[in-house]
Amino acid sequence: MELLSGGEMIARALEDEGVEYIFGYPGGAVLHIYDALFKDCKVPHVLVRHEQAATHAADGYARATGKPGVVLVTSGPGATNAITGIATAYMDSIPMVVLSGQVQSHLIGEDAFQETDMIGISRPIVKHSFMVKRTEDLPLIIRKAFHIASTGRPGPVVIDIPKDLTRPDAKYEYRYPKTVKMRSYAPAQRGHTGQIKKAAKLLLAAKRPVIYAGGGVIQGDGSELLTQLARLLNYPVTNTLMGLGAFPGSDRQFLGMLGMHGFYEANMAMHHSDCIIAVGARFDDRVTNTVDKFCPGAKIIHIDVDPASISKIVMADIPIVGPVQSVLTELLAQIDVLREKDSGLPDQSALARWWQQIEEWRASHGLFTGRRYGESDMIMPQQVIESLYRVTKGDAYVTSDVGQHQMFAAQYYPFDKPRRWINSGGLGTMGFGLPAAMGVKLAFPDMEVACVTGEGSIQMNIQELSTCNQYNTAVKIINLRNNYLGMVKQWQDMQYEGRYAMSTYEDSLPDFVKLAEAYGHVGILVKKLADLEGAMEAAFAMKDKLVFLDVIIDPMEHVYPMHIAPHGSMKDMWLSKNERT
Amino acid sequence: MRRIISMLMENEPGALSRVVGLFSQRGYNIETLNVAPTDDPTLSRLTLTTVGSDLRIEQLTKQLNKLVDVVKLADLTDGAHVERDMMLIKVRATGAVRAEVKRTTDIFRGQIVDVGPTVYIIQLTGTSDKLDAFVAAMADAEILEVVRSGVAGISRGEKVLSL
Repeated sequence: MELLSGGEMIARALEDEGVEYIFGYPGGAVLHIYDALFKDCKVPHVLVRHEQAATHAADGYARATGKPGVVLVTSGPGATNAITGIATAYMDSIPMVVLSGQVQSHLIGEDAFQETDMIGISRPIVKHSFMVKRTEDLPLIIRKAFHIASTGRPGPVVIDIPKDLTRPDAKYEYRYPKTVKMRSYAPAQRGHTGQIKKAAKLLLAAKRPVIYAGGGVIQGDGSELLTQLARLLNYPVTNTLMGLGAFPGSDRQFLGMLGMHGFYEANMAMHHSDCIIAVGARFDDRVTNTVDKFCPGAKIIHIDVDPASISKIVMADIPIVGPVQSVLTELLAQIDVLREKDSGLPDQSALARWWQQIEEWRASHGLFTGRRYGESDMIMPQQVIESLYRVTKGDAYVTSDVGQHQMFAAQYYPFDKPRRWINSGGLGTMGFGLPAAMGVKLAFPDMEVACVTGEGSIQMNIQELSTCNQYNTAVKIINLRNNYLGMVKQWQDMQYEGRYAMSTYEDSLPDFVKLAEAYGHVGILVKKLADLEGAMEAAFAMKDKLVFLDVIIDPMEHVYPMHIAPHGSMKDMWLSKNERT
Repeated sequence: MRRIISMLMENEPGALSRVVGLFSQRGYNIETLNVAPTDDPTLSRLTLTTVGSDLRIEQLTKQLNKLVDVVKLADLTDGAHVERDMMLIKVRATGAVRAEVKRTTDIFRGQIVDVGPTVYIIQLTGTSDKLDAFVAAMADAEILEVVRSGVAGISRGEKVLSL
């Protein structure tokens, strides 16, 4: 029997859990834990420069690896700084365990120094949370936290730990539980066979089918099965922003992303479909446009591990609750059974007509390439993403921040593999990109990791350039600089007659090249299209350097297509500044 | 439609705030709320009433079920059930009204549980409608204070909400 203090138990439990990195920041309430980590813990700790970055880095790590990200912060401001990152992970269903220090038990409720009700503040943005009351409960609580965070629909779990429970002189028996059973937590293990049979039948009877796959396919490691299903039936596939990479982006059957800034052919196909199979997607308002007008002729099969996602926004004709892997496996088997009976399924001539229609849409208003607004030396943002794609051979991990650059990256970098596209989709958190890229690079040091960002977003967590220096995380930052908050400006152009309320910086931006250099990195400024490709190649040639590529782009460009809202349907889009469906 | 949703939840600190928080977080209303320990000390039983369309109630029950502290949940209004709300009401009881209050209390099968020179405290148990009707019937008396327990409910027959 081994006796450990609370702090030592935490260090040991993280080892026993197989944690690869702890992202955190020390402070008063967690000093016992840090001392235990310092003395004896095999798990390396990454010291960020702001707790928000710790959560985003853990989040990036989790998205890229599929394993829970781990965060350690102190009480009060340490905990509240972590909130934005926890909310980001919650909205995108990312597994994460956040250990937060708390003031000593006897001080709780007394407005003690650096006290905040972390359980209360984080309640609406966690999958679950634990307030530790007894040191001896720590191993079981930590095991439960990892179990809850990583099973079912994943999400962040907070463990709030009062300082006195981690003190070095109070030792208790340590035994780490291998398994955990909770009477009130049992995520679905498989889908309902009857429902899956019905789905197979409906799917094979479809004349204008669309496979609509979201982040759940990536989180549930269902990409291979989804691809198998699509290839077997030759059905078109669209991915949500969160689902990019779930189906190979360069495949002919891929219609591109759907939704507000989705591809024309993807939105048109959805609107005209007679059968939509939604897999691990949640009919987000950035997908559906006006819900009452959503895909009027379509029967909907909805597969999701979270029953609350089904029929929340759009009623499902065939709801299936279960993990994407087991449901798709069973669905494929049922399809085989039906096709053995009737090899004519699905109707090939109907499918051929459907593909012909889709190809016509694709040819008429497919993704824009080239210059939109007259001749100029200025670089178009899309060209930067295309260059990034060429130089990285389409095989990089790409993180992004939030705004126009995020949409350009989503549109112009076709991801062929899951977990390569790392962005804050649900919460839309500016400042996510750089810390997330750190997390990815630490997980995969030999892979190329690019952070596509803008001058607005990058400044929200720019301090992490220092962390990158300390841990030598050689990510490449691609800063699409148009000197505006681009997406805000786009909306102001479209809806506020070009009144740029607080969306410009009035020549106050830093010299990003010098800034990168000040942090010990390399900065490259690119102003002309002719220099772009060479600079991109040079940046990626510096394998062990963080390179900040500051690219001046055309500030007038908007992201298109763009759903016409309010009152529009999936098929109602702006295709350019003066062209609409 | 009015619904009575009853659940067993872990008798843990914070469990109640998760349930209540869910309502404000997702824009639902709680009309009544009643929570107390059960015969199993590890479980609390929480019963609440709310109003919403079928779709909204379905979404609400799914969200409640997702809470890790909620062990089991039932919508009692799905089937036959018994529901009770308990009210303590303090009224001014002087002059002619004093006798009238007593008579009305008897008609409603309530009990006067405290008698003062100028006030009565009346205890009344029944459905929420019955309690509302009693309050309406007291219109001529001066109502000083009303306290209600919120609805508690249980399904009829063999149907049981237990582990």
